[in-house]
Amino acid sequence: MIRKERIDRGIKVRSDDIYAISSYREILYLLLPRVIPVLCLLLLPTLLGSYYERVIIISCLMGLLALSWDLLASIGLFSLGQAFFFGVGGYASGFFSYQLGLPVPYSIVLGTVSGALVCTLLLAPVLRLKGVYFSIVTLAFPLFFVRIIESTKILGGTEGITGISPIGNSWIELYIPIFVFLFSLFGLRRLINSDYGIVLQAIRDNDRAVISSGINVYAYKLECTFIVSLLSCFSGAFMTHIYQAVGLSAFALDYSLLPLTSAVLGGVGTFAGPAIGTFILVPLSEFLRVFGTLRVVFYSVILFLCIVLLPEGIFPFLKRKYHQIERFVEV
Amino acid sequence: MRENFLVVENVSKSFGGVKAISNVSFSLSGNSLLGIIGPNGAGKTTLINIITGFIKPDSGRVIFKGDDITGLPGYKIAEKGIARTFQIVRPFLHLPAYKNLIIPLYSKRVKSFRGGRFGDRDTVAIDLLEEVGFERDSSVPYKSASSLPHGYLKRLELARCLALQPELLILDELFSGMSMSEVAATVPIIEKLKAEGLTLIMIEHRLRELFRIADKVIVLNFGEKIAEGKPSEVIENELVKVAYLGAESA
Ligand SMILES: Nc1ncnc2c1ncn2[C@@H]1O[C@H](COP(=O)(O)OP(=O)(O)OP(=O)(O)O)[C@@H](O)[C@H]1O
Ligand SMILES: [Mg+2]
Repeated sequence: MIRKERIDRGIKVRSDDIYAISSYREILYLLLPRVIPVLCLLLLPTLLGSYYERVIIISCLMGLLALSWDLLASIGLFSLGQAFFFGVGGYASGFFSYQLGLPVPYSIVLGTVSGALVCTLLLAPVLRLKGVYFSIVTLAFPLFFVRIIESTKILGGTEGITGISPIGNSWIELYIPIFVFLFSLFGLRRLINSDYGIVLQAIRDNDRAVISSGINVYAYKLECTFIVSLLSCFSGAFMTHIYQAVGLSAFALDYSLLPLTSAVLGGVGTFAGPAIGTFILVPLSEFLRVFGTLRVVFYSVILFLCIVLLPEGIFPFLKRKYHQIERFVEV
Repeated sequence: MRENFLVVENVSKSFGGVKAISNVSFSLSGNSLLGIIGPNGAGKTTLINIITGFIKPDSGRVIFKGDDITGLPGYKIAEKGIARTFQIVRPFLHLPAYKNLIIPLYSKRVKSFRGGRFGDRDTVAIDLLEEVGFERDSSVPYKSASSLPHGYLKRLELARCLALQPELLILDELFSGMSMSEVAATVPIIEKLKAEGLTLIMIEHRLRELFRIADKVIVLNFGEKIAEGKPSEVIENELVKVAYLGAESA
C-alpha cells in the first residue's frame, strides 16, 4: 500500500529549530531552498548581460536597506527613514573619495564605518521612543540633512559631489554587492534565531518583561542600530561609486519607502521576505520605465494586488507551500 | 534570618493629583514571605514598580542588602537579584514557551553565575518549566506562548523570574485568573522556593491562601500603610475590616 506523507513531518521534531535528518533526500529537501537562490544570484548576471548586471547590483544594494529595515523592525522600531542611513553612507564615501582623495576601497570602508557611527550617534537619543513616535522622527531625519546641506552649501550644496572615482573593475562592482547581500541575509537569519536574536524579538513583544529579566534594553537597541547603520551605509557608500556622484537625491523618500514596501510584500520579520521583495520591486520598476509616468500607477496596482492576495507576505506563503509538499511512502 | 534584607523608607509617589503611595515604610528580613494586600487602586503595584525601578519615587529610599537602589534602572535592579512578575502577564507571544526563558538566561546575572557562557540554555529552560508544572514530555513547553491558556502563562511568568536565580522574588497577583486546582498546585512551589532560602513578596487578593503562607502582612489603602503584622493580627485589625468591607460596617 502507498500513502502520501509530508516530507517535513519526519524531519521536524517538535520545534522549529530541531531537525532529525536521516537521508540524503531529506538533506536535499532542506538545502534546496537555500542553494538555488544563491546559485541563481551568482550565475544569472553572467547569463543575462550587462544591462541586467546593473539591475542586480541595485537590487542587492536596496536589499541591504530592506534587510536592515527588517532588523530594526524585529526589535520593535519601525523606521520610515532608511534614506537617512543610505544618504549618510553615500555622502561619507563621497567626502573621503573626492574631498580627501582616498582610493576607492578605503573610501567605501571608511564611509561605511564613519557613516554608521554618525547615524548611531544621532539616533541614540530617539531609541527610547516607541511606535509611531520613533517612525515620525526617522521620517524627519533625511529631510533634516537635506536642509542642512542646502543651506550651508557644504558637501557640494544642492549640486552634490560629482566626478567621484568609479570602482574600476566590473567583476568587483558586481560581486561585492552580491556577496555582502548574501552574507547579510544568511547572517541575519542566523542571528535572529540565536539566543541574542531571541532577546531582540522579546524586546519587540514586551520590553518591560525584558528589563525585569536583567537585560539592558537600551544597549541592545544601540547595538542593533549600529548593525543596521553599517549595512545601510555600505549600501549608500557603494552606490556613490557606482553613480560616481552623490547628491541630495540620496536622501529621497524612495529609499525610505522601497525597503518598507519590500518587507511588507515579502513578509516582515523573516529577512528572506524583504530580500525577495526587493528582487521583485527593483526589477519591476526598471521594466516599467517604458511606460513613462504611468509607471507609478502600474507599480502601485501590482503592489496593492500582492498585498491584498498575500497579506502574510510572499516568503511565509512559499515556505508554507514548500512544507506541504508530499511524497509517496510505502506502508 | 537576616534582618533588613529589604528596607523601604518613607517612599511617596503621586501621579498628577493622585497620591498613589504616601510615606510608606517597611522592612523585610531574609528568607521570609511578606504579603501586601489592599483594595483595588490602593497602590500595591505602584509600590512594586518603585522597588523594581520601573517608577522613580518622589521621595524616600529603597535599600536592598545594605545598598541604596533607589532610582536605579530596572535592569540593574534585576541584575542585583530582584525578580518580579507583572500583574497583567504579557509573555513574549512570538516565541515558544521555553524560548521565553532564554531572555533571563541570557542576562549578565545568570551568565556570570555559571562562569561565563554555558552550553545549552534550552535544556535549562525546559527544566525550569518542569519546576513550575509544565509537563516535560508533552508538547506544551514547545508551543507558542500565544496559544497557552492563562494559567500556564502565569506559571511561565513565574519561571521567567526563577530563571534569573533571584534572591528576592516579587509576585504581583500571581493567583488571579488561576483555577482552584492551579492555585493548589502553585502554593507548594512557592513553599518550596522559600524552603530553599528565597525571600518573597506577594501581592494577593486571595487572602485565604496568602495568610496560610505569609510570615508578615502589610495593608495598603489609598496609598497609605494602615496595618502591619502577622496574618492573624491583621485579620483582627478594625481599620483593615473597614478598608475591605466598606465604611458602613464600621
Ligand atoms: N502610570 C500611572 N499614571 C497615572 N496614575 C497611575 C499610574 N499607575 C497607577 N496610577 C494610579 O495610582 C493608584 C494606585 O494604582 P496601583 O496600580 O498601584 O493600585 P493597586 O493597588 O495595584 O490596584 P489593583 O489591586 O487594582 O492592582 C491608582 O489610583 C491608579 O489609577
Ligand atoms: Mg495592582
